[in-house]
Amino acid sequence: MSATLLNAVWQGIIILVGGTFLGMVYKGLDRKLAAQMQGRIGPPLRQPFFDVVKLMVKENIVPDHAVAWLYNLMPLVSLAAVGTLLFYVPLGGFEPLLHGYGDLILVLYLLAVPSIAMVLGGFAAGSPFASVGAQRELVMMMAYEFPLAITLLSLGWYLSAAMPGVHVFSLSVLAANPLWGLVGPLGFIGLLLLFCALMIVTPAELAKIPFDIPEAETEIAGGILAEYSGRNMAMFYLADAIKMVVMGSLTVALFFPYGLSGLLGVAGAWGSVIDVIFYLVKVFVVIFFAVIVVRVAFARLKIGQAVRLFWLPITGISLLGMLLLTLDRIV
Amino acid sequence: MNNDSINLKVGQCAATTYSVPVGPVHPALKEPIRFTFNLDGERIVGVDIKPGFAHRGIEYMGMRRNLIQALYLSERICGICSISHPLAFTQAVENAAGIEVPPRAQYIRTIIGELERVHSHLLWAGVGAHELGFDTLLHLTWNVREKSMDLLEELTGNRVDYAIPIFSGVRRDVPAEKAHLAYEALDYYKGLLQQMIDAFLHDKSVEMRTRNVGALSYDLAVDLCAVGPTARASGVKKDVRQDMPYLAYADMEVKAITPEDFGTEPHGDVYDNIIVRLLEVKQSIEIIEFCLENLPSGELMSIPKVPALLATLKKASGEGLGRHEAPRGEVIHYVRLEEGIEEPAVWKVKAPTYSNLMAWVPKFLGDEIADVPIIAASIDPCMCCMDRVHMVDTVGNETTRMKEELVRLSREKTRRICG
Repeated sequence: MSATLLNAVWQGIIILVGGTFLGMVYKGLDRKLAAQMQGRIGPPLRQPFFDVVKLMVKENIVPDHAVAWLYNLMPLVSLAAVGTLLFYVPLGGFEPLLHGYGDLILVLYLLAVPSIAMVLGGFAAGSPFASVGAQRELVMMMAYEFPLAITLLSLGWYLSAAMPGVHVFSLSVLAANPLWGLVGPLGFIGLLLLFCALMIVTPAELAKIPFDIPEAETEIAGGILAEYSGRNMAMFYLADAIKMVVMGSLTVALFFPYGLSGLLGVAGAWGSVIDVIFYLVKVFVVIFFAVIVVRVAFARLKIGQAVRLFWLPITGISLLGMLLLTLDRIV
Repeated sequence: MNNDSINLKVGQCAATTYSVPVGPVHPALKEPIRFTFNLDGERIVGVDIKPGFAHRGIEYMGMRRNLIQALYLSERICGICSISHPLAFTQAVENAAGIEVPPRAQYIRTIIGELERVHSHLLWAGVGAHELGFDTLLHLTWNVREKSMDLLEELTGNRVDYAIPIFSGVRRDVPAEKAHLAYEALDYYKGLLQQMIDAFLHDKSVEMRTRNVGALSYDLAVDLCAVGPTARASGVKKDVRQDMPYLAYADMEVKAITPEDFGTEPHGDVYDNIIVRLLEVKQSIEIIEFCLENLPSGELMSIPKVPALLATLKKASGEGLGRHEAPRGEVIHYVRLEEGIEEPAVWKVKAPTYSNLMAWVPKFLGDEIADVPIIAASIDPCMCCMDRVHMVDTVGNETTRMKEELVRLSREKTRRICG
């Protein structure tokens, strides 16, 4: 028993360190590729690591007007929540560490925690810019959580209808039974629509352009993060990097859980290596199209425009996807 | 009438609003100025503008130096309009002293002035894109802008502060062997212009952020005496080059550009500002081409020796006004010379931003806090050009003078000057 526990602790540490490292690498790739697309040289790939080290040694300033305990606690909460997410999302084609102890619904809630932590931290900072940013973050959450929930729940519902008796909201079960093979033509279109909705929700969830409205550097000087510095800022930075991996892995697990090892006929350790590499490529492709290309190609939206976008077209797309999946099951 | 309606809007919501300061140091601002916004949620219901953070007392310094030294100072009023101020200043002094400028010099001044408009408008477009959170467009636009900076460096030796105009002419020639460089750059811009128009004016996300944002009606633009692209975006056909042609502009037909030239009704919003500035880049390219083709031969300065020039200026007395359509609008320099002194007796500069300052108020009202950066940028403000005065007492406390007192003070000053 204690051996299993020790094993789990070791695995947990490896997942946390590996996930963070991966997030930083993807962040570096994001900055480098975006720069290249904008005609700039861009920072070296290691820049995110330099940034975190630098932030760690910088002074951690707490504003005079801030509610200090809340202000200092929130970066920790945010980092802890995304760290926990790493244990629930399938990484590298393996089953999540805590599979069986929580499901997709928990992931949905955990995804909201970093945003709520940032909102509370923003309000606790006591600066008008941070307050405006926190209000905007709340509004953004109300806007994108609905299509996100519809997307995830539709997938779970379809699986429960197709394969009665399995633990349908478990991410490992969803990843083991890709829906593309189970659906008919109607359901295929429905799945495509849900995938589109998730891809558009991803930059909002990660607060990237065109949805970086709560941080909007030129408008509200960094918004929620305006007052954060030093160690606290580094924790938000790491949380952001890990969240990118989580969102990428979630999309991969829900829509592209396929591995290459079976196809190539390679088993054992080499098969795992091939699958891990393939997984890294898949996550990169998701991040590339959902985050990097989007943030290079668009201007920042205003909060009203973003909410209208999510409540009308995106919710519409995800509802239509759900409807098509339902019809596919019934017909 | 319009002022009343603005005040009414501010007063109505004053009870339920909270105020957010923007500036003097804020990422939305490229130069220091302070806005205090009264917000109702995200909506702006009132704004107070406080300039005066970049006042350097250049006029005062200029009045304690001889005219040629003051010319150097005039060039350093602004880093972006570093030819506009000297152009207006030299015209003012030449008018006061009755000095003729040879035709070739007038054409060269025009060429450099228009090149400055090209790079200034592209700079503005990039800044505007950045304020919208569209950094890709910023980097691409500024990359394109480099070509005009390169050409300016090739022609004058400097990227900024070109040191071209001097009283009675210009200091450097545009030699025939360099003309091909200019044509090359002009062709480059002609090829890119349609792409720029597509990137800015046919982009959905830019349109969403700029259409009906920071609108200024025709009537308000006229009432508030807006100048330059700010006024022209509202449909006011106002351009010094058209209304009172000077330099080489008298030899060609310059028409004030309004959104109607793009085939749309003028709203005076940020989108219209983009239209006007991009089309003016095209217009500037045509003007430069005309000047290069029709460049008259002849001398560069009517008084080529600097000591002789200084002696002439010292003997001169009288007053002169110099006007130039700077990229941001009309810049006016007023100079009074007195016989026997080398310094200008009076030097007064009115930069375009000063005239456009009041246009900010109706532009801001009713829009959202998210629109603040792009509306602030839409008049292409230049604080260091504009800041004329900053009142502090001996212990550093700031004071504000209201309109009545300022009118009284300026009347007193006029009487004092007129003796």
